[in-house]
Amino acid sequence: MKKSVFLGTLSAAALIAGIAGAATLDDVKGRGELICGVNTGLTGFGAPDANGNYQGFDVAMCKALAAAVLGDASKVKYIPTTGETRFTALASGEVDVLVRNSTWTFMRDVDLKFDFVAVNYYDGQGFMVKKDLGVSSAKELDGATVCIQTGTTTELNLADFFKANNMSYTPVTVADDSEGQRQYLAGACDAYTTDASGLAASRASMPDAENHIILPEIISKEPLGPLVRHGDNQWGDVVRWTYYALVAAEEYGVNKANIEEVASTTQNPEVKRLLGVEGELGEKLGLDKEWAKRAIAAVGNYGEIFEANIGSGTPIGLARGLNALWTQGGLQYAPPFR
Amino acid sequence: MQEQLVFVRNQMLPPEAPPPGQKGIARWMRENLFSGPMNSALTLLGLLAVVWLALHVLPWLMHSVWNANSLNECRQIIQDRWGEGATGACWAMVRERWHQYLYGFYPQDMYWRPNLALLLLFAALAPVLFSSLPRKMLWITALYPATGFWLLWGGTIWAPVVAMMGFVVLWLVFTVLQPRLGVPVSAGIGVVAAAVWWMVLQAPMTDALQSLAPLRIRAVDSRDFGGFLLSFVIGVTAISASLPMGILLALGRKSDMLLVRTLSVGFIEFIRGVPLITLLFTASLLLQYFLPPETNFDIILRVIILVTFFAAAYIAEVIRGGLAALPRGQYEAADALGLDYWQAQRLIIMPQALKISIPGIVSSFIGLFKDTTLVAFVGLNDPLKGITQIVRADINWKGIYWEPYIFAGALFFLICFGMSRYSMWLERKLKTDHR
Repeated sequence: MKKSVFLGTLSAAALIAGIAGAATLDDVKGRGELICGVNTGLTGFGAPDANGNYQGFDVAMCKALAAAVLGDASKVKYIPTTGETRFTALASGEVDVLVRNSTWTFMRDVDLKFDFVAVNYYDGQGFMVKKDLGVSSAKELDGATVCIQTGTTTELNLADFFKANNMSYTPVTVADDSEGQRQYLAGACDAYTTDASGLAASRASMPDAENHIILPEIISKEPLGPLVRHGDNQWGDVVRWTYYALVAAEEYGVNKANIEEVASTTQNPEVKRLLGVEGELGEKLGLDKEWAKRAIAAVGNYGEIFEANIGSGTPIGLARGLNALWTQGGLQYAPPFR
Repeated sequence: MQEQLVFVRNQMLPPEAPPPGQKGIARWMRENLFSGPMNSALTLLGLLAVVWLALHVLPWLMHSVWNANSLNECRQIIQDRWGEGATGACWAMVRERWHQYLYGFYPQDMYWRPNLALLLLFAALAPVLFSSLPRKMLWITALYPATGFWLLWGGTIWAPVVAMMGFVVLWLVFTVLQPRLGVPVSAGIGVVAAAVWWMVLQAPMTDALQSLAPLRIRAVDSRDFGGFLLSFVIGVTAISASLPMGILLALGRKSDMLLVRTLSVGFIEFIRGVPLITLLFTASLLLQYFLPPETNFDIILRVIILVTFFAAAYIAEVIRGGLAALPRGQYEAADALGLDYWQAQRLIIMPQALKISIPGIVSSFIGLFKDTTLVAFVGLNDPLKGITQIVRADINWKGIYWEPYIFAGALFFLICFGMSRYSMWLERKLKTDHR
């Protein structure tokens, strides 16, 4: 370690530029390990369990990627990142890919020089109120006190929403989700606002969940997805198509359990190309034939990942909503594999 | 004459019992609690506050649940036992997750390594803290950085051994050159020699020795460190490294040499003028931009270095206070004895200045130890925020609020209280004046 410290310091100035553009795919293969930037802890999306193993909806994406590239879903090193450190960690090359419920915005894409390769969860900001407040729409919240996490985009969205509807509100600022939940339960505010997925998780953990409702209005667009550095398009393609492979697998009914059977019996040419029975899509990505098959076999298709981590079968109980497949009225849509 | 003397007391009267209200608890209460209208009012208010607190906290503590698998289960148990609407502490979370609070994600089958490192830490600290112990034990202290590092991070044993040999090189160069060139120059050359050793010879020597005698234990990644293990690693390293650095900076600040003084003042004032969080972000974010992406510049090491700088700047000022409190006569006496600068510092000045600075130094250390929780902001799993956030991210424990803070706070209190008691003991022991 000492050596790298000194060498690093000495060669810092010389090597500052240019390295970040190098081929991440080769780095990952050479290292034999994928370095995945994840959330320090977000219910259902990414957090270590009691044994220190990372689990969650975003984490499954890291595992799928490791399975596709390295052939082993466990060869991932998870780097927990905070809201402040996440983009620097990616930009500086500390992580290969960031899957940390980050909203795709113009500035992050263009100004911070990242590529959001896909949207794995369409979220939006919502409101939760106590049932006995007698409110059934966010438009009836005129004059309410609202608990809001300070310094987030949700704070700005809230101001916009109330201004656009010509209503007034009193903000009660909180530092993080647990404090917001606490203030709301203690009656410090009439409504609590954050991402709808977070509201659902909070509500699920409340002692009297049935006394709280999440209002139907979603006041902002929060497309969350994995992102990589600008300028390394090959690696971007790998991440993007690994994700789409999971979505396509759900569309074609391929899942963890039946994947071997489907691979040997399917007559659908698209599925054959997807699973590497025909064609050479994997080689074009710089991977082998069965990359997508391994990814699906490791974590399941998109629907399975959703159900296992945040879906209606879990305590969080999120409905698919916008995240249903396009064939079922949602927005999840994989481009053709050909 | 004698007949007139009716009564002569030939023995002392036994003392009368004080009148009621002037003795025992009644007197103590009147003197200490109700000595005037203002104090009586304050006492009553204080009592009310205590009762109010007890009424709110005691039931909650009494209704503690230790056996449950989730917060909801806790709540259910509390409702069943103490009726609808009862609240209680859910310590079941601590029971399930205590190991993460203590060790972070350190592999569970290797907990003996940090445990042993902690034990050895006490063995290494003992001769430093208690002068009655045999001086030979200082060898344990000298070797501890290498053994501690090896136990915690694992890997080949030769890496820390070769690194320690760098210090031997430093010492050799210093002792050979010191009679001829004096302390500062020979120390400088020694540091350069050691740096060359570490940069040029460290890696090949380690590899060569490893291939000759492969002695290695499983390596543990820095990212797996968390909880109090992380606090200890950062705190202990920074504390032990910042004291010598702080002494040098304090001497530098009082030096007559312009360059040394300017550099010391600049360093101290810059570091003290910047919040610790800024330095941590520098460690985590800024350095990453200056280093090539594949450099393995360990995040914990980066944090330790900057936390050490931070603590050293404060220690330097505390020690400068101690130096300023020494009477001029002490310096003059040292000169009169014909001691050179370093001898005077070592034998006359520093022992007294350090003794005066003990309370300040220890409170800096306590502050530093608690500041280690700030590493949560750079994504490390400190015991207060980092681990708590992970626990809360588990749907089973989401919504738990006070228990993690109370648990981590209690552990911090124990450690800091221990440090503070030690410093008071040390002050009493070193007290030589007759004030």
